[in-house]
Amino acid sequence: MAKVLVVTSGKGGVGKTTSTAALGAALAQLGEKVVVIDFDVGLRNLDLVLGAERRVVFDLINVVQGVAKLPQALIRDKRLENLWLLPASQTRDKDSLTDEGVRGVITELRTKFDWILCDSPAGIERGAMLAMRYADEAVIVTNPEVSSVRDSDRIIGMLDSKTVKAEKGERVEKHVLITRYDSGRAARGEMLSIDDILEILATPLLGIIPESQDVLRASNVGSPVTLNNATSAPARAYFDAARRLMGDTVTMMIPVERNGLMNRLLGRRAA
Amino acid sequence: MAAIAKPTHQLVRMRGRSYVAFVFCPVVPIAGWLEEIDATLARSPGFFVGKPVVLDLSAVDLSQAAIAHLVTSLEQRNIRILGIEGVDESHLTAGMPPLLTGGRHCVLTHNETKKPEAKPKPMSLLLESPVRSGQSVVFTEGDVTVLGSVGSGAEIVAGGSIHIYGTLRGRAMAGVNGNSAARIYCQKIEAELLAIDGYYQTAEEIDVTLRNRPAQAWLEGETMKITPLN
Repeated sequence: MAKVLVVTSGKGGVGKTTSTAALGAALAQLGEKVVVIDFDVGLRNLDLVLGAERRVVFDLINVVQGVAKLPQALIRDKRLENLWLLPASQTRDKDSLTDEGVRGVITELRTKFDWILCDSPAGIERGAMLAMRYADEAVIVTNPEVSSVRDSDRIIGMLDSKTVKAEKGERVEKHVLITRYDSGRAARGEMLSIDDILEILATPLLGIIPESQDVLRASNVGSPVTLNNATSAPARAYFDAARRLMGDTVTMMIPVERNGLMNRLLGRRAA
Repeated sequence: MAAIAKPTHQLVRMRGRSYVAFVFCPVVPIAGWLEEIDATLARSPGFFVGKPVVLDLSAVDLSQAAIAHLVTSLEQRNIRILGIEGVDESHLTAGMPPLLTGGRHCVLTHNETKKPEAKPKPMSLLLESPVRSGQSVVFTEGDVTVLGSVGSGAEIVAGGSIHIYGTLRGRAMAGVNGNSAARIYCQKIEAELLAIDGYYQTAEEIDVTLRNRPAQAWLEGETMKITPLN
């Protein structure tokens, strides 16, 4: 039974695309057949993070408008044979997306994949609405800061009212994924605590992704962090989150940078 | 409430019997009056089913065509007219219900309307999930109770009091219809704005010592008071 999962946040720059790629690659490595869809029409990025930017021929808009068939637009990852990408168009804007078109694409993908991950654009406009429209589950990416948390709260409200599931009186299963978490700053009280975030959002936690250079490094070489450096702290956190999405019970912990800690200790000694 | 008496002195054996009928007294404009009938039917669709109905036209002065139209309009609503009274016989054609006279008033027993016609409107609104940022809940008829938090950027507008069993981070406006006795209660106050009957306080004016505590707000004259609960 295919699951449609939207990765959303409201606010920009919190790590939606990074998380979509990382979760997609993690699920694929755990044996699931995964497609990630970039809904950020006009400002696409998912192809870059997945290192597929030079293989884009057709895109989501082409499929929605009937110019191309779905199999023509799907790009298979070169490293993970279970991972596919449906890229966004860079030359159009979000008004080119239609409700019926998206429904058609999702319905077709449901027959072929275990997981359909929709990378939502920032904001609460058409693109974001259509990305969540047909979702069964949602991952709300939140940074530990008030602006991000408030925007997430807004998006959760929309998931509860604007999705097809909500309109049918059902519930979209929602999970909060806290990214860019810095335990040092949290300990000094410079960030919202996990408890505060969960209290405000009143939504279960999927995982805590520590702030890490590994994430940046992976993005720059066009590889999801869960593939580029699977043993790094953020990658382990994403793997745990992916297992939780698959229904496993995984103890929640905040992964720390083993190497980072060593480096710091060594650095101190050297100084 | 017309008693219908039939002539009794006939060679053919006949009996007199009186029945209780509904009497409709249409008023001008007829269109408006028909709308009221429609409203009654909307509330209880079976209200006139199987009931004898008499049309009393004494309050209006209608032409023959207008009477015919009225009778047809009622028939379209499945209301069959037993007879017409309060009008000159010359206004009626053979195809219309007969003219009736000599009706007497009687008390109409409403045994068919035992169940309340329309449920009384609820005077309170209960929300069992958190109110999220950007959501606006407006309920001017009475109290609003939230089992959960009200997020920053959300607002609750109530005609009566507001009860929040969670943290109030957004705006709460109580007594918007001029109810100065309305109050706002919350389990944890971090509100952006509190208002009662138009008098308001913003987050800056709320005493910092109250923050994160159970509190209530009410009006004392023209001053808003916010005090901790217990």
